[in-house]
Amino acid sequence: MSMVQLTINGLPVHAEAGTTILDAAKSIGIKIPSLCYLHLPDVNVVCQGASCRVCLVEIDGRRNLAPSCSTTVVEGMVVKTDTSRAVEARKTMLELMLSNHPHNCLFCKRRESCELKALSAEMGIDELPFQAPVPEEELDLSNFSIVRDTTKCILCRRCETVCTQVQTMGIYSGVQRGFHTRIDTAFHTPMMETACTFCGQCVAVCPTAALTEVDNSAVVFKAVRDPKKTVIVQTAPAVRVALGEELGYPVGTNVTGKMVTALRRLGFDKVVDTDFAADLTIIEEATELIHRIQNNGVLPMMTSCCPAWIKFLEHKYPDMLPNLSTCKSPHEMLGAVIKAYYAEKLKVNLDQLVVVSVMPCLAKKYENNRPELSDGTYADVDIVISTRELAGMIKHSGIQFTNLPEGDFDRPFGESTGASVIFGTTGGVMEAALRTAYETITGEKLEHLEFEEMRGFQGIKTGSVKIGDLKVHVAVAHTLRNARQLMDEIQNGTADYHFIEVMACPGGCIGGGGQPYHHGEMDTLRKRASALYTADEAKVIRRSHENPDITKLYQDYLGEPNGHIAHELLHTHYTRRNKH
Amino acid sequence: MACTGLQSKFQELDQYIDNLSISDKGSALIPVLHRAQTIFGYLPQDVQAHIAERLDVSTAKVYGVVSFYTFFTMEPRGRFNISVCLGTACFVGGAEAVLQEFEKELKIKSGETTSDFKFSITPVRCVGACSLAPIVMINDKVYPRVKASEVAHILAEYDEM
Repeated sequence: MSMVQLTINGLPVHAEAGTTILDAAKSIGIKIPSLCYLHLPDVNVVCQGASCRVCLVEIDGRRNLAPSCSTTVVEGMVVKTDTSRAVEARKTMLELMLSNHPHNCLFCKRRESCELKALSAEMGIDELPFQAPVPEEELDLSNFSIVRDTTKCILCRRCETVCTQVQTMGIYSGVQRGFHTRIDTAFHTPMMETACTFCGQCVAVCPTAALTEVDNSAVVFKAVRDPKKTVIVQTAPAVRVALGEELGYPVGTNVTGKMVTALRRLGFDKVVDTDFAADLTIIEEATELIHRIQNNGVLPMMTSCCPAWIKFLEHKYPDMLPNLSTCKSPHEMLGAVIKAYYAEKLKVNLDQLVVVSVMPCLAKKYENNRPELSDGTYADVDIVISTRELAGMIKHSGIQFTNLPEGDFDRPFGESTGASVIFGTTGGVMEAALRTAYETITGEKLEHLEFEEMRGFQGIKTGSVKIGDLKVHVAVAHTLRNARQLMDEIQNGTADYHFIEVMACPGGCIGGGGQPYHHGEMDTLRKRASALYTADEAKVIRRSHENPDITKLYQDYLGEPNGHIAHELLHTHYTRRNKH
Repeated sequence: MACTGLQSKFQELDQYIDNLSISDKGSALIPVLHRAQTIFGYLPQDVQAHIAERLDVSTAKVYGVVSFYTFFTMEPRGRFNISVCLGTACFVGGAEAVLQEFEKELKIKSGETTSDFKFSITPVRCVGACSLAPIVMINDKVYPRVKASEVAHILAEYDEM
């Protein structure tokens, strides 16, 4: 990579050609304010439409101010970020943006994490020289995952960029013009009627409260405070390595023990682990894969843990639905087992039993409302809350998280393996499945459990594993753009795999739409992923098929993997949906 | 039959798209929308969805472009589209009174279409012929220096059409 020399505020800077002025300035400790800009290099997320203009700088020899987020460095460039012209212009841009933004910040869902509010404070906006009427509130409450409030929208277009470039869904576009411009769906269609996968990446990158999750914490509080109800909570792998960020811990801290204690103090009757269900998923999925390979079944088989990926396939590649594993996603499996088996042991009537899932995901909120994920009367999972909502509930309850003692999950759904905990990052399900598939087919112990080529943030990872006489070809994709590329390759015959893992969010569930806001920090995703791999290494048992509680569950109730009861309870089917 | 009529319109549009030489179909969106509006008279949702599908762009993007340009319309227009220029020169010259007279004569508001789909009134910005202000165009025919009192007379030209 060629390097260029420039100066910023008189200081010499040595930067790679192609770097933006904003990033070059950052490298020497100069922060230029920005709002619409977002860059997660490892996972290919870039928003640099320069629509907000709060990053304007002066460049010698150039008449106009330049947006530093989308202007790249050039040899000999002389940049000034601190002249009164540049500072005043940036301030004016922000003031204009605030002129028709609602001022009810005290009651706003993003009051603690709003980037617009933070920037106003940082830039010292003490009064508003411009006042314009705030657009009338019109909420999209059509769906189970995402709430849209266009009055809070600052037209930064991060949501549109992520949805179109990263996820290739194109649900949003800027429509109308001038003062009437808004980010909207085609023909102002309610979200529920679009092909939206509810991955929630638009929410994850929204700087304000224009896009937020459907908040179910009040419903959960009501359930845990109702003495007649038995409320069981489960937590997904990726939650434990992100929750701490909201509660006083550095990024990448695994707070499993404290999380369990906090959940007990919130009033949940049983605290169980979705990781247990991830092990169960591996047993079912590996069995299904082996069966398909040995019986000329539909291949490649594709993972079915990610509800956004499933909805994507239902809309965009319905002919490939037979390739999806029929396994329910882990938390739905656990919900089904709790209601069909555990409720009886607890002597609780199903109408008094509530299963709550804490997920890094907003699509799970949609998923648990799918009618087929129930016994016909009772949903497998009743309520889904995100990592962010759980953090909020802990704060509202006055629980001093950092002072909590460590707790353990309740048996018999509390034991889990290292294989299950890495479900939370891209490549994890594949690695976990390969560990079990290999040992089940060959009857031999794997000496080296780590499948390094399945790790990391590369968009599509491929590899081959020799299992007995068979060379198994596998691929892992994260983000729907990469998933689409894989599907196209399979459909036109240029790729040939046995098994494929897809997660819709960048980095997998650690980058899910329900996680604490990463505010464009790539390091946050890296540290969460590495915390999961550390947790895997720290586990005594690292293979799903060695989880003793799983073995016992099959002995006591489920019978054989992929057997009759397992099929009734743990497997599902899919629906062809309209393309748009 | 209306159905076959519609079908042949879609065929005509598809033929136009098939013959596009531009390799990047995304950049052909505006010319395709132009052609579609000529063929259908307006751009209803199903036409926009069809174009999105054919050009491999999202329907939201097509809608974004259609809603951005005032030239594009999602409402059916009359056979005769009356464009009343409201640019500065025409406005100063009394274009507003002319517009009001058309509204009064046709009993529709600016932007609307008569129930027999004969006339639509479209307010437009400067058409670039300020020396002829105030200016009115009915389809491609130009009416220069129009006075409100002439409106009924102009409309009478279309009585037999």
